[in-house]
Amino acid sequence: MTGEAVISVKDLWKVFGHKAELVPRSAELSALSRRELIDRTGCTAAVRDVSFDVAPGEVFVVMGLSGSGKSTLVRCLTRLIEPTAGSIIFEGEDILAADKKRLRDLRRRKFSMVFQHFGLLPFRQVLDNVAYGLEIRGAGKAERIRRAKEVIDLVGLDGYEHSYPEQLSGGMQQRVGLARALAGDPDVLFFDEPFSALDPLIRRDMQNEVIRLHREVGKTMVFITHDLSEALKLGDRILIMRDGAMVQCGTGDELVGAPADDYVRDFVQDVPRANVLTLRWIMRLPRPEDVLDGPELGPDVVVRDAVRLVLAAGKPVKVIENGELLGVVTDEEILAAVTGVEVPA
Amino acid sequence: MTTTTAAAVPRPGIRLSKPVKVAAILVAWVLIWIPTHGTHTLSLSPADLTPLHEWLNEVNDTVGANRNSSPIFLYFFNEIRAGIDALVTFVQALISQPSFGRPVPVLGWLGVVAVVAYISWFFGNWRVALLAAGGFVFFGLQGLWQESMDTLALTLSAVAISLLIGIPLGIWAGLSDRFNALVTPVLDFMQTMPTFVYLAPLTLLFLIGPASATIATLIYAMPPAIRITAHAIRSVPRAAVEATDSLGATGRQTLTGVLLPLSKRTIVLGVNQTIMAALSMVTIAALIDAPGLGKTVIKALQTLDVGTAFNAGLAIVVMAIVLDRVTTAASNRVRQVGTTHRFRRPVAAGLGVLTAICCYMSYTYVWAAEFPDQAGVGRAISRGADEVTLWAQTELSTATEAIKNLVTFALLNPLQSLLVESPWWLVGAVVVLLAALIGTVRTAVTTAACVALLIGTGLWQDSMTTLAMTIVATLLVMVLGVVVGVWMGRNRFADRIIRPALDAGQTMPAFVYLVPFLALFSATRFTAIVAAVVFAAPVAIKIVADGVRGISATTVEAATAAGSNTWQLITKVQLPMARSSLTLAANQGLIYVLSMVVVGGLVGAGALGYDVVAGFSQGQLYGKGLAAGAAIVLLGIMLDRIARASSPSNSPKGHR
Repeated sequence: MTGEAVISVKDLWKVFGHKAELVPRSAELSALSRRELIDRTGCTAAVRDVSFDVAPGEVFVVMGLSGSGKSTLVRCLTRLIEPTAGSIIFEGEDILAADKKRLRDLRRRKFSMVFQHFGLLPFRQVLDNVAYGLEIRGAGKAERIRRAKEVIDLVGLDGYEHSYPEQLSGGMQQRVGLARALAGDPDVLFFDEPFSALDPLIRRDMQNEVIRLHREVGKTMVFITHDLSEALKLGDRILIMRDGAMVQCGTGDELVGAPADDYVRDFVQDVPRANVLTLRWIMRLPRPEDVLDGPELGPDVVVRDAVRLVLAAGKPVKVIENGELLGVVTDEEILAAVTGVEVPA
Repeated sequence: MTTTTAAAVPRPGIRLSKPVKVAAILVAWVLIWIPTHGTHTLSLSPADLTPLHEWLNEVNDTVGANRNSSPIFLYFFNEIRAGIDALVTFVQALISQPSFGRPVPVLGWLGVVAVVAYISWFFGNWRVALLAAGGFVFFGLQGLWQESMDTLALTLSAVAISLLIGIPLGIWAGLSDRFNALVTPVLDFMQTMPTFVYLAPLTLLFLIGPASATIATLIYAMPPAIRITAHAIRSVPRAAVEATDSLGATGRQTLTGVLLPLSKRTIVLGVNQTIMAALSMVTIAALIDAPGLGKTVIKALQTLDVGTAFNAGLAIVVMAIVLDRVTTAASNRVRQVGTTHRFRRPVAAGLGVLTAICCYMSYTYVWAAEFPDQAGVGRAISRGADEVTLWAQTELSTATEAIKNLVTFALLNPLQSLLVESPWWLVGAVVVLLAALIGTVRTAVTTAACVALLIGTGLWQDSMTTLAMTIVATLLVMVLGVVVGVWMGRNRFADRIIRPALDAGQTMPAFVYLVPFLALFSATRFTAIVAAVVFAAPVAIKIVADGVRGISATTVEAATAAGSNTWQLITKVQLPMARSSLTLAANQGLIYVLSMVVVGGLVGAGALGYDVVAGFSQGQLYGKGLAAGAAIVLLGIMLDRIARASSPSNSPKGHR
């Protein structure tokens, strides 16, 4: 997996405070909880020993409550904050070894970021805000404007090129932020809670917008959020953080179906399981009394999509992968998943 | 200080008993004072000198003797003086003094008015342009055209240099924490130091004349430029800077593309503050021969000619108002985003041509160059002021006497005799103990050092007299500050009425205040205190008002919803929450009061202020004056440290 990963993060630490670099090195200190570490050394461990890989074209979501270190983590990836220890390999290149110039170059061409509070320049029109990254890297004016218009169309802002940010709604401002990030045609897009400051309805629009853009431009995305439903909606894989450390990393159905601990279980308990879980998670082994001539479904079909068929079948539905019978699903399992009641083992 | 906190929320025991301890120290002081007063007071009569003062005199003489031979003068100080002189002379040649073989300056009054109006319109709007034109014509009508232009020339030169140095330094301080930490105490020092103090050393280095005056002005005017620029750079939203970083901008791209455009408005505000500070130095700089309105004021004061002083003071105020409004309008213009008006460009060109024509006419024709002599307005103003003063002196004396006596006998005299008549070791011990109790060990050490140095200046007793007056004035300032400030903070209408008056008060040169108070209270300590209070109160009031106004509406709403009455709201919510503002107000009030100490010396306050003034005018007292200046600074540092240390428990009683 490492070979093909776009971003590969290993043992990443970010500790704030005096002599912070000593913390990851000391086996004793690095084993302490965040609270204990503050009491002992006065240092705050914002990110503690995090490792993960992001595959090309993937939407990788980092989720956690406020203070869990997720925003620090994403800033470490582009070195807007300098990590304390660990390694970050981007397309085979060690980011931490990059000098200032190389880092700037990477920021100009390889990755870009969308911020929670947009970070737009109020004295520039939308067009100039979007073209700003291109301007910084020295693109000519005509090219800048052409490309900026292109991405403005892409994010659905055509007609607003000459507005100023303060004349736009929050959702539209974030579209400008999105367009600015896309303008430079980066390989990876980082999103730092981009929709947290928006109204719920606008937020849903923007989430759909990201899904659409992901389908159209196929960029790798690293997405930070504190909203589980957003994470499940957008993420191919989700990393859950707590107090700076990784709790679990996996697909949405893995988190819901097999939470790593009580913390994750608490988190996911209100999720409508039928929308997330696939048949693989709810099927049972066939019993002798089962009639095995019912319809067939694949194991990765989401429960929600299987409900009608299973209930209509009146007999067990077979879950088949590559011609092999993995298990069966009956009314009972489906209803348990839909109502959220755990099936007694 | 009552201590009815027994039933209060439990807090650590030490904190609770602090007021008790302070009271105990004060009581002990009085008890020891009774048997010991009058001994070890370190008094020094006005004409006596200590070895330190004599040594300072010698330094002065040596410097004077070597001005044209020592390399540091030849290649450094003299060069600076020549450069600044050239700049001021050049601006004067343009607008105020006969020059280039002509009997009149290059630009006559019509040209100046046209240019000022045009600039005001271009950077501000037509309303301030009208105000500027009107104000400048008014100078002419007052019969003070040339004096006003001299003042303008000096002010503009000082402001130009201040900005040229101050803005880059401010940007640096905004970007670098280390430089900021380095420069902040220096700025504090520059602003705290009473301007009189550095006039003397400056004349030592740069002689008496426009150069020294300009340098004195810019020392006072530059700190706001640096501070506000740094603040502007620092308060650019993090999100915008981070976004730019994430796009791979270089440091310079971030500076020119984000930081400067986003802080432009605040920086223009800094320009405004710089101009105001420079103008407030006009009169003081006149003491070392700065040309212009200040000289007229000083001359009139020396002859107690209230009318003339008022007329010239009024011109300074008008100039302050004009420059203030124009720069404020300019900074508001910067804020407006959006397209400019379609006709703006042709109109600008047309008006530019008109201005050029006015300039040409004022260059060519005498009627447009020299303001027609119609000083009747000025004479009328002088006469009116004289009459009002006479009336006040005769009609109000009973009331003013009563106030004067109340403050003098109830507050000032007891405090002064306690401070002045105590043995020096007693006062020193009390002050250091209080510092240790209120603050930390560090506060106590600083205070002890200040006490020791004060003794070293040889002016201990004078310092104590000044200290007594300073404490009384600061107390009065704080009372005014809290009462009026809370009122303004709670009442928008009051704010709208009072604020302009305060703004005007702050730009008035300190001397102008002295005129009416001198008339009302004659030359006494009380006059000096009142002048200091009037000078310092606007700042304190504004800070308190802003602090009260700045409390989140939700908190006030919540307290109101809980059923607080107005008094409870003020004492339990608004004042405690504005605590940092109160501390700041006390601090600033103190600094302003101290900077008026010297001025007070002119009107019967005696003590350190008198020493400084006397040192300034009499060669043999030069060293003593310098030492007195240092003593004022020491007092300032000492009081400032104690006030700052006390800030956590500085809240008014009654809360909690």
